[in-house]
Amino acid sequence: MNVNVQFREDGNIMRGFVEGEIDTFTAPILRDELDSIRIFEGLTIELDLSKVTYMDSTGLGIFVAFYKKVVREKGEFKLVGLTDRLVRLFEITGLSELMNIETDKKVEISNESI
Amino acid sequence: MKAFDYVEIRVPAKPQYVSVIRLAVSGLATRLGFTYDEIEDLKIATGEAVTNVVHHAYDGEEGEVVMGCALFENKIEIMVADYGNSFNFEEVKTKIGPYKEDENVAMLREGGLGLYLMDTLMDEVKLNNEGGVTVFMTKYVTREQVEENVERITT
Repeated sequence: MNVNVQFREDGNIMRGFVEGEIDTFTAPILRDELDSIRIFEGLTIELDLSKVTYMDSTGLGIFVAFYKKVVREKGEFKLVGLTDRLVRLFEITGLSELMNIETDKKVEISNESI
Repeated sequence: MKAFDYVEIRVPAKPQYVSVIRLAVSGLATRLGFTYDEIEDLKIATGEAVTNVVHHAYDGEEGEVVMGCALFENKIEIMVADYGNSFNFEEVKTKIGPYKEDENVAMLREGGLGLYLMDTLMDEVKLNNEGGVTVFMTKYVTREQVEENVERITT
């Protein structure tokens, strides 16, 4: 069981593809990967979570911490490709009201152009 | 015959074993006929309880976490226990819960959602705080009302 992040830089957009399970064991890996991103004003960081097969409050905590960091450094942060399971987690915790979140339906279309 | 089967698993209180417990719960819940979504809820709730033990129970000392599952026909009861430090539930309760729409981003909490998720995803959650922490959680099977032994329709 593991988590893996691949980044692709595209001008002012940094896309990250997260794959695997996010829990207390894999959390440090994800946190380190996210911390390695150099954030600057005007940068949009878009994390694709469509391949995340499990996530709990540990993962939510990481994204909240990272979101705060991005906002502090005047970047944009967006989560895309969320499965129904993940959307539910963000909804019941109230985070979907605070963060920019897109479900997987939209991503399937945009994946074609990648 | 007993009304339920009981399964107990004991693992070291270390992060790498949390997924083992999750998988065990998933397998047991599948046997009872829970839906995919319910099983995912059970995995998260149990994962949260075990994660709490791993992080808070032993203050860096070695310890164990025990997960006990009582399997009834129409429900699963999960107990997660440790023998480490207990905590003040009332005090903890004031620090958990969902985020509010108008919260300042810079002030958002980065933890404390575990108990809230357990409470939301399970039908019943009880905590016992004497000599360590024990979490009892129950989830009922919301099976569709289909008679057993009905022949499968072949298409």
